[in-house]
Amino acid sequence: MEVLFWNKELETLPRPKLEKMQFQRLQKTVDQALKTHFYQRRLGKAGITSGKDICCLKDLQKVPFTNKDDLRKNFPFGMLAVDFEQVVRLHSSSGTTGIPTVIYLTQEDLNRWTDLVARSVVATGCTKKDVFQNMMTYGLFTGGLGLHYGAERVGMTVIPIGGGNTQRQVHVMKDFKTTTVHITPSYLLHIHSKLSEYNMDIDELHLKRAFLGAEPYSENTRLKLEELYGIDAFNSYGLSEMNGPGVAFECIYKQDMHVWEDAYIVEIIDPVTGEVLEDGAKGEVVFTILTRDAMPLLRYRTRDLAFLHPEVCSCGRTHRRLSRILGRTDDMLIINGVNVFPSQIEEVIMSIPEVGTNYQIQIDKAGALDRLTVKVEIYAKMFTGEASALDALKVRIMEKLRASITINPRIELHEPGVLPAFEGKAKRVVDTREAL
Amino acid sequence: MAQQLTIFVENRPGRMKSVSDILLENHLNIWAFTIQDRGEFGLIKVVVDRPEQARLALADHGFACALKDVLAVTAADKPGNLDKLTTALLDNDVNIADAYGFVTPNDRQGMCFLEIKNTQGVDLEVVVAAAGFTVVKDEELYET
Repeated sequence: MEVLFWNKELETLPRPKLEKMQFQRLQKTVDQALKTHFYQRRLGKAGITSGKDICCLKDLQKVPFTNKDDLRKNFPFGMLAVDFEQVVRLHSSSGTTGIPTVIYLTQEDLNRWTDLVARSVVATGCTKKDVFQNMMTYGLFTGGLGLHYGAERVGMTVIPIGGGNTQRQVHVMKDFKTTTVHITPSYLLHIHSKLSEYNMDIDELHLKRAFLGAEPYSENTRLKLEELYGIDAFNSYGLSEMNGPGVAFECIYKQDMHVWEDAYIVEIIDPVTGEVLEDGAKGEVVFTILTRDAMPLLRYRTRDLAFLHPEVCSCGRTHRRLSRILGRTDDMLIINGVNVFPSQIEEVIMSIPEVGTNYQIQIDKAGALDRLTVKVEIYAKMFTGEASALDALKVRIMEKLRASITINPRIELHEPGVLPAFEGKAKRVVDTREAL
Repeated sequence: MAQQLTIFVENRPGRMKSVSDILLENHLNIWAFTIQDRGEFGLIKVVVDRPEQARLALADHGFACALKDVLAVTAADKPGNLDKLTTALLDNDVNIADAYGFVTPNDRQGMCFLEIKNTQGVDLEVVVAAAGFTVVKDEELYET
């Protein structure tokens, strides 16, 4: 396998040099943050009034955490660290939870972000010969424009098609010989289920790779997609608070995602105590962005759960790798007192060949107790017509789930194609329990 | 042997109709059918004049369905005939997994379809004939 680099020197910088760079940038970032009222107060309370108060990288732990709620409370301008006229781009969250949040970028910030995205796509083997169909939503959401700019910088042919309109997506893929797509895993599964309806054969497409993101999915889903399309599917990680895509990306070895540590300091903390954990331990991911003047964020709590690999990757990059997101501190379901992550359920379902790719998790009350129902679709090609085989299948799914999540779910079998297939972020959990 | 098509459907209004609609569109003739209630879903079992075409048509519409050999037996409409048949099958260790039967009112002819587990591998045609009944032959059922 040929390892391609966008900026080989930075990507393979020896750890001591990389950490020195992080430290210098952290001091500057703290100074920049202190230009906002929010951080003057927040850092002042912790005795930090200048970047000089940070004497080594470990001193970052003196800095208090920033969280989503801080962004909401300071909306719209409370965390802006430059004159508004310096801002060339803003991205805002949809605000489905109430108050929106906003992120600002100067021209230089945008330039640095674009460079990180270019680095990310080159790490997957992309060159300017590739044709890139960007099926992620454009607009205020960072996923669409972020990858768009990065791919353009590499010189790839960018098709800014956005999400939805599956039939057109498939025809565009065929007509322009698309090699690379950026897409949610649920949508890529959905497209595959539609190919026969459009009389399209998988061999008529030229797809080589997919960048997956924007929703949680299991390793089995990735493997299933790779098998269905005969492609490499890369995990990527980003969040709008840290610019968007391009925070961490898999290289061609696909052994989890390199965090671009010259631009971000990543920490894994115990979500309850806030204590920083060793590499390899699972906890909440916390980021400090080092390359954004318009809106510095220090120790931002992502609420994503993951771990860092301490081992060096075969590609030669020195930037540590972040595991796939194992759950969200706030996606976690508590069912009869047991913590359950939807990703655990998905993992089991994807390992059972007799059921399809769509599923739904339903939680309701049966008397005083919570009741978990997992709805899955029969996979038509594996159907034998035997009622006893269906009974055995239900028992097998139930037992596998019980082994993984320790509680007994009810299993419902449904016809192929009836459970909601989502063209955007999958909403696969229906919780009808009344809040206490 | 006769072929039965088993179709997986959800247990909710309109699913039987969506199956019969597809059979009608394809000009398929239904000779027998039954539905097994399995809670949130059901299994529709049909015997039609062109089983493979029915399977393909339903699969095209996304249905999970499968064909299976079943034993089609005819007998005169007379008290005790079912008992004679089941005795003959029992004597040969043949297990009946599922069955449905009916009598055609005009010619008083009894007919049944049997899903069987023939673990001993006996010649069913011989067993059924020895009991005084007839296994319906493929050429009587299907156009060749």
